[in-house]
Amino acid sequence: MTDGPPIPDGPPIAEEIEAARLAAIAANDAAVDAEVRRHTRRNFIVAGVAAAAGLGGWKWLRSRPAEGGVAWPLRRVLEVNERIAGALFNPNRLSPTYDLSQVMRPARVNGGIGLTPNVDAENWRLSIEGAASPVALTLDDLRALPHRELTTELRCIEGWSIIVNWTGVRLADVMARVPPPQPVRYLSMETPGRGYYVGLDIASAMHPQTLLAWAINGEPLSWQHGAPLRLAIPIKYGVKNIKRIATIRYTNVRPADFWGERGYDSYCGHRRKFILARSARI
Amino acid sequence: MKRLVRKHPLAIRWFHWINFPLLALMIWSGALIYWANAVYRIGIGHLTLLKMNFPQPVWKALHMNYRLAEGMALHFFFMWLFAVNGIAYVVYTIVSGEWRLLVPDRHSLREAWQVTLHDLHLRKEAPPQKKYNAAQKISYTLIIVMGLFSLLTGLAIYKPVQVNWLAALFGGYAMARFFHFWLTVGYVLFFVVHVAQVVKAGWNNFRAMIIGTEVVSD
Repeated sequence: MTDGPPIPDGPPIAEEIEAARLAAIAANDAAVDAEVRRHTRRNFIVAGVAAAAGLGGWKWLRSRPAEGGVAWPLRRVLEVNERIAGALFNPNRLSPTYDLSQVMRPARVNGGIGLTPNVDAENWRLSIEGAASPVALTLDDLRALPHRELTTELRCIEGWSIIVNWTGVRLADVMARVPPPQPVRYLSMETPGRGYYVGLDIASAMHPQTLLAWAINGEPLSWQHGAPLRLAIPIKYGVKNIKRIATIRYTNVRPADFWGERGYDSYCGHRRKFILARSARI
Repeated sequence: MKRLVRKHPLAIRWFHWINFPLLALMIWSGALIYWANAVYRIGIGHLTLLKMNFPQPVWKALHMNYRLAEGMALHFFFMWLFAVNGIAYVVYTIVSGEWRLLVPDRHSLREAWQVTLHDLHLRKEAPPQKKYNAAQKISYTLIIVMGLFSLLTGLAIYKPVQVNWLAALFGGYAMARFFHFWLTVGYVLFFVVHVAQVVKAGWNNFRAMIIGTEVVSD
């Protein structure tokens, strides 16, 4: 300390200088501690309020009345998601197809709601309601249309997926043969006695990979797989692939959907404006 | 002498603490969905070391069985908030330049190894660091990359036909689901290590993630 302040008279007391230095440090540290305490208090109050708000929001969400099996705000968001998907929907996008050798045998059986073991294929009719005049088609009527074969993935809403081969006719071909009198937005499909039912938007129904199928993996459908006729709609989850169809109905009212009433997304994925534009081309 | 040092910007603190409950909700609702088809395992060939599943009584005790529909509805609700918060965080780190402190460089791998040895008390000296050490840089960047892949694999499972090219990129629908699941396991492991490290680092470090400043003595 050669250029420091002049040392006052008297002997330089090292202890005093040291004490002053320590006091300065202590004062500084106390000031820092006080400041950090202030920061902490302020920020923890903000954090507490934010946490309480988050928790409140969660409690609010959990206590909302259900609509179609889920709290209504969740249902609203499912519908928003559906509109977004509909706006971006491209009907030319296809479900990936596979080689026959990739088919997973035996085809997994799942979902028996609406099925009864007794199938009377002879007397079975597919009735189409909401057409210009009510129609009841036999299997032979359907077989007269161009046959389609499709090897693709069946994706269950539970999370598993299998590769299956379908044989049948395009739903679009059936709809072209039995058109609705004027453009419609939806199709409803039901098993006999309405044990199971699905709602479909027209655009999905008309997708080229949507089939009314009578055979799976080259074999006629067993009753568990939905004999005599079921829907194969690979652009949707398995729950939409309704088995043993008895009735198809054209409608402009969004149809009831078995799982859609039980908390699931009744996801159709297509915006209404778009659906109307498509339906005009039936 | 103590001094206050600014450590975490306000925005990063908000992103971090908003992400915490959102990720927890995504994992929980994801587990409600996974219950319906809890098929994954750790094993080689026919030898299964660990089934990624609980016995049904455990699922029941956790009140997590038969809630697939609810799980999906929650997942497709909170996915928006989770994605928006994550993207906002990434944009913020880029715009603010914080990314420079976060993204690892070519020395990071070697240094991270040294940090690990130091943490395990196998090495005396920790390598010099700025805000984050090399192990932190790698984990905090990796977790963001994982988040991106969770969004992409999730989208591939959600719309496997509309984004069939994306599903194909992951090896198909079933593989996309596989990756989506294991990424989640990765978050859980990250969480365990992260919390252990925070506990080890102490109060001053933890408090900085809330108040932004840290007390430094020199």
